[in-house]
Amino acid sequence: MMNDSLFSLVCAGEIFELKAELNSDKKEKKKEAVKKVIASMTVGKDVSALFPDVVNCMQTDNLELKKLVYLYLMNYAKSQPDMAIMAVNTFVKDCEDPNPLIRALAVRTMGCIRVDKITEYLCEPLRKCLKDEDPYVRKTAAVCVAKLHDINAQLVEDQGFLDTLKDLISDSNPMVVANAVAALSEIAESHPNSNLLDLNPQTINKLLTALNECTEWGQIFILDCLANYTPRDDRESQSICERVTPRLSHANSAVVLSAVKVLMKFMEMLPKDLDYYGTLLKKLAPPLVTLLSAEPELQYVALRNINLIVQRRPEILKHEMKVFFVKYNDPIYVKLEKLDIMIRLASQANIAQVLAELKEYATEVDVDFVRKAVRAIGRCAIKVEQSAERCVSTLLDLIQTKVNYVVQEAIVVIKDIFRKYPNKYESVIATLCENLDSLDEPEARAAMIWIVGEYAERIDNADELLESFLEGFHDESTQVQLQLLTAIVKLFLKKPTETQELVQQVLSLATQDSDNPDLRDRGYIYWRLLSTDPVAAKEVVLAEKPLISEETDLIEPTLLEELICHIGTLASVYHKPPSAFVEGSRGVQHKRLPGSSVESPDTGSAAGVSEAPPAVIPSQGDLLGDLLNLDLTPPTTTGPPPPSSGMQMGAMDLLGGGLDSLVGYLHSTVWLPAMKAKGLEISGTFARRAGVIQMEMTLTNKAMSVMTDFAIQFNRNSFGLAPAGPLQVLTPLSPNQSIEVTLPLNTVGPVMKMEPLNNLQVAVKNNIDVFYFSCQYPISMLFVEDGKMERQVFLATWKDIPNDNESQFQIKDCHLNSDAASNKLQGSNIFTIAKRTVEGQDMLYQSMKLTNGIWVLAELRVQAGNPNYTISLKCRAPEVSQCVFQSYEAVLKN
Amino acid sequence: MIGGLFIYNHKGEVLISRVYRDDIGKTWNPSYTSPPSPSHWNHMRNAVDAFRVNVIHARQQVRSPVTNIARTSFFHVKRSNIWLAAVTKQNVNAAMVFEFLYKMCDVMTAYFGKISEENIKNNFVLIYELLDEILDFGYPQNSETGALKTFITQQGIKGQTKEEQSQITSQVTGQIGWRREGIKYRRNELFLDVLESVNLLMSPQGQVLSAHVSGRVVMKSYLSGMPECKFGMNDKIVIDKQGKGGASDDAGKSGKQSIAIDDCTFHQCVRLSKFDSERSISFIPPDGEYELMRYRTTKDIILPFRVIPLVREVGRTKLEVKVVIKSNFKPSLLAQKIEVRIPTPLNTSGVQVICMKGKAKYKASENAIVWKIKRMAGMKESQISAEIELLPTNDKKKWARPPISMNFEVPFAPSGLKVRYLKVFESKLNYSDHDVIKWVRYIGRSGIYETRC
Repeated sequence: MMNDSLFSLVCAGEIFELKAELNSDKKEKKKEAVKKVIASMTVGKDVSALFPDVVNCMQTDNLELKKLVYLYLMNYAKSQPDMAIMAVNTFVKDCEDPNPLIRALAVRTMGCIRVDKITEYLCEPLRKCLKDEDPYVRKTAAVCVAKLHDINAQLVEDQGFLDTLKDLISDSNPMVVANAVAALSEIAESHPNSNLLDLNPQTINKLLTALNECTEWGQIFILDCLANYTPRDDRESQSICERVTPRLSHANSAVVLSAVKVLMKFMEMLPKDLDYYGTLLKKLAPPLVTLLSAEPELQYVALRNINLIVQRRPEILKHEMKVFFVKYNDPIYVKLEKLDIMIRLASQANIAQVLAELKEYATEVDVDFVRKAVRAIGRCAIKVEQSAERCVSTLLDLIQTKVNYVVQEAIVVIKDIFRKYPNKYESVIATLCENLDSLDEPEARAAMIWIVGEYAERIDNADELLESFLEGFHDESTQVQLQLLTAIVKLFLKKPTETQELVQQVLSLATQDSDNPDLRDRGYIYWRLLSTDPVAAKEVVLAEKPLISEETDLIEPTLLEELICHIGTLASVYHKPPSAFVEGSRGVQHKRLPGSSVESPDTGSAAGVSEAPPAVIPSQGDLLGDLLNLDLTPPTTTGPPPPSSGMQMGAMDLLGGGLDSLVGYLHSTVWLPAMKAKGLEISGTFARRAGVIQMEMTLTNKAMSVMTDFAIQFNRNSFGLAPAGPLQVLTPLSPNQSIEVTLPLNTVGPVMKMEPLNNLQVAVKNNIDVFYFSCQYPISMLFVEDGKMERQVFLATWKDIPNDNESQFQIKDCHLNSDAASNKLQGSNIFTIAKRTVEGQDMLYQSMKLTNGIWVLAELRVQAGNPNYTISLKCRAPEVSQCVFQSYEAVLKN
Repeated sequence: MIGGLFIYNHKGEVLISRVYRDDIGKTWNPSYTSPPSPSHWNHMRNAVDAFRVNVIHARQQVRSPVTNIARTSFFHVKRSNIWLAAVTKQNVNAAMVFEFLYKMCDVMTAYFGKISEENIKNNFVLIYELLDEILDFGYPQNSETGALKTFITQQGIKGQTKEEQSQITSQVTGQIGWRREGIKYRRNELFLDVLESVNLLMSPQGQVLSAHVSGRVVMKSYLSGMPECKFGMNDKIVIDKQGKGGASDDAGKSGKQSIAIDDCTFHQCVRLSKFDSERSISFIPPDGEYELMRYRTTKDIILPFRVIPLVREVGRTKLEVKVVIKSNFKPSLLAQKIEVRIPTPLNTSGVQVICMKGKAKYKASENAIVWKIKRMAGMKESQISAEIELLPTNDKKKWARPPISMNFEVPFAPSGLKVRYLKVFESKLNYSDHDVIKWVRYIGRSGIYETRC
């Protein structure tokens, strides 16, 4: 067959033959020759040597031949720029052809010939074509501007093509509008700060009109462009949404997804109590479900996007669980994505169905899929407490299958279940231990070791089990080594008598024979803890673990917001911002949902305002406009994400005490970390405001359930501090919510001397339990307002108090002068009675009175230029001196 | 946007390659230290090879239809053993790229039939011409076959008059890109096919785990001029609305006769804004065959067949399978092409089958017993029983027990959808709605119709 021979052309001699054919007089022969050339080009052969001969065929009125020659030109012009000029004349001539199809063909091809020398000849024909009477030519010319911009951006700007392109947005032909929008959007992307796509209500209106009339592809260009617009207010937002919703019934999935993107974004601006908001939510579900009956590749794109949508607005699809059930013949990539969404949608209402499905999946063939299904069962247990028991028994059934990777995966998730529901399912440990030998993956081994260590006291042969792992310690992965080290230390703390040797062994393995710094450091920490203070070691190693969060693999909220703005695109498929996979200037901008951040969004006029240099003071009109702009965007409830892991809190607590004493008293301290109080976290500070002592607390609920019935009580303390009223927590505290309470205190409670003096032991009760913590208050809050002594009385008292009661301290690095210091101290009811200056040194005599009537007298020496102050305190109760000194330091340095 | 488009055969040889943008393949080869060759043809080769090596020749099964290799993204679809791949370096609209690839397949099929290596090789000039037209700088342009066929003909367009030329361009860019002016038929005729595929997943105990109907209304129109059409069906929302307005005819009857449509999508000829506001389906149809709408229903589905499986393991080397099928529709109707596929374990050594009706065969190559019945009337029942001998294996893994699947065809719409009317108006030509000959038929087919056992 002739065409087959086109593809099998090989030897170099044939180039010569082709040359002859190309220069033949017969049109048919010429055409066949060009076809052969294109065929060789396609399979990757170099036929650039034929350039002049092929270009010679260009002058023809045979359109098919012309198109073939153009195709050749597009591919080889760059390698033969000088000869490509030969073609220019024909192009320019073709741009004047009476046939619009030929005019368009010429301008389309010229844009594809990426030779600098040609571009300058392109400008005139392009300018004419942009204003051509035929819409087909105009729509082709619009795209050509984008092509030219890609080759020579400066030229496009200088020639004013951008303005012409902008004019085309108002063209009467919808396809011209769509292509102009596409071209402008692309050019704008490489100039993030230009105001190129000047989107305002008028242009938006034009786009929305064109949207109804143009091709499916044009609709996509327009919708994607609309998604970059930020409406001025909720009303505009609603009216755009109303005109975009009909697109949800389009047969083209890309149109649907782009419409979903616009709606998801503009919905942010609608008040939640609006009827329309609810209607819109309802309208979104059916088209998303319909996407799942598309071809598998599109299903995949849709599912990746639904995954994002479900995270952002779970309410849309919460009733649609069934459509995500996996079909036997689904391609594996569809199956895996469906599974992900099933877990996200799992709730108490549908858990029975979900579990039954997951159990089916766990018997399938594809290893990845089965693993994910097993893992999903575990995640269901953690997410829906009521189902935990069923999940565990399902997992046990699966372990019985003895399929290696199923068992391993099951053990990994059972570990998490143990963490979530401690002391509930330990009966299964025996079954798990039976499978110890089959575990060969680090994650499963580590999980198993963790379980053994955690429940060492209930496993009779825990030491043997762990010892068996120890034999190949150095061949294990780091994960397993670390886990083994911790588990053996746990075991030792629980059964110290029998396991001393074992712990010695693991500590020496970890510290002496290992090159891994993490392992070594952890080993040393344990070693020191165990050798210095076993009780402390117990408290640290066997401490209550922080709660694990019920949702896993959640996308970080700011990234999620950005990805929502990219629905339908590759970014939403990869779940990565465009900057992660796109090179160059494109895609560097980060998109935001409207109203969700202080920064104004990157597009439209708002960007212009925010980019204005800060030194220029805007005229009042502008400023007003700007403020209005900001005010009109309704605040959304997207606060910062609640810290989901307990680790963070733990770290804060470790540093808490130390840091706070450095920074000063004003910062609130975490008094009661959530992990010690079943999810209740209390942080707070003390203050004296207008003569009233106050305890200012922030209660945060980091547990899963609502907290109510709060009450507070103090233990007896040095100054008789007691709550002056009940703790005012009026509303129940729901999960992840914080409340600030101010508790007024009095000093008429029972007194007992504490160590240190300013220590306060507090009990807080709620519907869950009673929790205890202790905190230290600054003694300065006890200084009363009438603490200013008469001069004479001061002198007499100073002499009266024996010298033994005097204590001297140094306050270092204080750069205030004496007057400033005096003023500052007075704010804390430390009164300066007299000031003396001796040899450049200021001496301040001060007094203060505690709530229980104890007077403290002070002499503060401030030397100009010396940042170190000296303070002498005299008091009949010298125990308070240390605390008073601390208060001085805190007040002066704050 | 799309940077390039390649078509490969199953061996990974390139049949068609069209590069729209220079960026693809530019930085693909990190060890590329010498100054890039002036011919971007060579750069492109890198992208071409990257896809062949990483996807077509990949050892394991394809794990995703989108692949990112060295910051270049490849989208692919496969038709028989031909691979179509679109390549890009930008954050393109992924849904659009796939829709375009499917569209590309449709266009090629419309021009030269089946997509095969031979057909592609024989039509490569045509394909290049098409690609030049429907994708400009990576932006999809008008891809309606009806419009394309007016000017991409492989015959040249020499003989066209000026009027004809401007008609072509206005059609390609215009609002009604799917129909040309001046169509004439002696006999105005239209055919409506309601094609439904009913999908079911049932538990062994007979509980419906999921069921839905995905339906299509396919229209073949042979109408003159630019006819304005209006299509009506027993959509619950429309019927209820009318019931409220007019006299409330017997509620019980209309309740049964209308159906709740979960969602529907339309061909681009349908005025979507009108559907959104009035729920009326009005359009100017393309000429010839096209798909007017797609819909999905999940409520009150008539499941034409019920499969009752019974699998019993007798020891380690024998399985006893009994399957009963029951037809559940009017006795006067006949179902056709019934096929029940009962999967068997991989270590099956022999099968004995007894069936009351039709023919059953064990197909070792497909690991299944295939039971075929030519015809079956409604409200009937039939049964098959089989004994499966197994080879003893030491394979620890249990047999996954794939579901029993069924195929059939019934002459009604399992969703209950009924066409109420299709009105044709053509004001300029002198034919009225009554002159149009209309044909409607309903075909219900099995989609994925599975019962777990």
